[in-house]
Amino acid sequence: METEAAPNDAPPPPTLEHHGASKGPKQIGDRIFLGLSRGSGITLLVIMAAIAGFLSYRAALAISKDETNFLTTFEWNPQGDPSSFGIAVLVYGTIVSSIIAMVIAVPIAIGIALFISHFAPRRLASPIAYLVDLLAAVPSIIYGLWGAVFLVPYLDGLNKWLNEYFAWTYIFEKTNEGIARNLFTVGILLAIMILPIITNVIREVFLQSPKMHEEAALALGATRWEVIRMSVIPFGRSGIISASMLGLGRALGETMAVAVVLSPSFLLDFHILDAGGGTFAQNIAAKFNEANEFGRDALIASGLVLFIITLLVNGAARAIIARRKEYSGANA
Amino acid sequence: MSHTLQDKRPAVADDPQGSLSHARMPRWAPLAIAAGSAVLGCLIGLVAGLDSKIQWGLLAALIFIAGTYLITAKVEGPRQAKNQVATSLVWVCFLVAVVPLLSLAWTTVSKGAGVVDGYFLSHSMSGLLDTDEGGGIYHALLGTIEQVAIATLIATPIGLLTAVYLVEYGRGRLSRAVTFFVDVMTGIPSIVAGLFILSTWIVMLDFGFSGFAGALALAILMMPVIVRSTEEMLKLVPNELREASLALGVPQWRTILKVVLPTAIGGITTGVMLAVARITGETAPVLLLVFGTKLINSNPFEGAQSSLPLYVFEQYSVGTDAAVDRAWGAALVLIAFVMLLNLVARGIARWKAPKTGR
Repeated sequence: METEAAPNDAPPPPTLEHHGASKGPKQIGDRIFLGLSRGSGITLLVIMAAIAGFLSYRAALAISKDETNFLTTFEWNPQGDPSSFGIAVLVYGTIVSSIIAMVIAVPIAIGIALFISHFAPRRLASPIAYLVDLLAAVPSIIYGLWGAVFLVPYLDGLNKWLNEYFAWTYIFEKTNEGIARNLFTVGILLAIMILPIITNVIREVFLQSPKMHEEAALALGATRWEVIRMSVIPFGRSGIISASMLGLGRALGETMAVAVVLSPSFLLDFHILDAGGGTFAQNIAAKFNEANEFGRDALIASGLVLFIITLLVNGAARAIIARRKEYSGANA
Repeated sequence: MSHTLQDKRPAVADDPQGSLSHARMPRWAPLAIAAGSAVLGCLIGLVAGLDSKIQWGLLAALIFIAGTYLITAKVEGPRQAKNQVATSLVWVCFLVAVVPLLSLAWTTVSKGAGVVDGYFLSHSMSGLLDTDEGGGIYHALLGTIEQVAIATLIATPIGLLTAVYLVEYGRGRLSRAVTFFVDVMTGIPSIVAGLFILSTWIVMLDFGFSGFAGALALAILMMPVIVRSTEEMLKLVPNELREASLALGVPQWRTILKVVLPTAIGGITTGVMLAVARITGETAPVLLLVFGTKLINSNPFEGAQSSLPLYVFEQYSVGTDAAVDRAWGAALVLIAFVMLLNLVARGIARWKAPKTGR
């Protein structure tokens, strides 16, 4: 900020002395350009406000006509005669699939980030980082297609095995005969999808960890793992948290992969291996074609809830990153 | 081998006084343990009759970790053993992540390669039943290109100017608010952007489904990505360049246009292309706003269009063999297009990287 200010403040005095006449036109050009660029920034803010505003407006229209409780109804039938729809199952499905995704993806992402930043042979590290970047770009519909055609049949065996040995945990008990189009499979697919995003952020943080600390630890005779545990991970902890939350935001809002893989139902079922369940985004994609205008408003209402949840998650993640930036800036 | 022998001899000899160097595992030990545990895992899998290969893999991984710890602890001591286990865990993480990704790439290429040919690329689905063989993606390709082009035309100027504002002018509360909301906007689920355009453009303003409506939603998704990447690039431009230009009496707006932007243009292009690659694969907003059609509609402002990701989704939902084949063909074209954009973009980034002095 200070370095920005310096060139702006410095030039005026000489300009005034030497050719004050040219001051006018400069200011007009500057003013137009400043106006344009500030206008674009304001446009972005307006778009965000408009998203929140319009979604809330349509959602309010829908919820006011809903005959049942919007939060606790296990049904999605806005066009029925007593209009009845609720997000209970969607909240559950969204949260459970995202939690499964996080439980799988975060440790593996930390591992890959460590691999790239500290373990991989030098020549391998940058091609792998490059590959991870490319993977983040694979369209979600392709993950969905792959998940439905390849992953679902493949996970059937794992489901059977989990059911056989871990049915006593209740959540791994399989009570219906569907194939593996369940929240567990969705969670695994989401984990694969968010892995590159989380890995990229964590890798950046790990690469910034202070070299002096690492070298000091090595000089004291620490093994590589001890160096990582004592200097890299403590330094990167907030980075790991915020990266995970960014991944969580992505998992919460993922639409097509879930829509393709899950066989939806509106039963609240705590057995995660049972086919069925639903998420916010998946429900919107699945119900949209058959919805009339009121049905769309109902879907918009559920979209608003999704919007608010992702807003909170992302906002928190960014706040953590911003705090860390100041912290490490003060240190350096 | 020779290493181990050399390392061990002094250790034994100096034992009474305590030694600085101690026994080390040979360099091939982790590989040997890995091979051994893989064999053991497969054997147990075969004997116990487990059908899923995933379980074999998990067993092998468990045996590998336990084996590494025990053997290393015996030879080198517990601290080194922990280090070895951590190292092998990190390697396992990497391998575990690589497997699904290779499988994804392989499945798409092997299933799609048989479908994609000149006919597939140059014909639409007009007049075909879902069960029919043949047909193609021309209409979808056209739709995707038009929608992405319109979205890029809308989002790029706004994104660039916002980034310029944040880096060159931004101070105070407005710029902090913009920075924060750009960050938050990056995380908007694509389906929410679609719903927003649906509630304004289609429900409130009463326009029909069209490629343009889809492009508007894509533009919303694209803007924050462009702002972020452009901001990063502008921050890399050395301040000396700005100061030199201003010191010559060049007004700030000309400094930005003639000095700052040209210096960063490589990185900015890369950012825009990566954003294009990202929105090309977006399905959800297109599903809500463009609606999909089997016919060629080259006018993005009126009537339903198709798009590649939407085509993949539709054909998969149809579910017949011919349709799923077409879905894989379209998926291959889509992934090839996105990867090409990525590769070119990163190529430009490397080629035109701003020279940040010594």
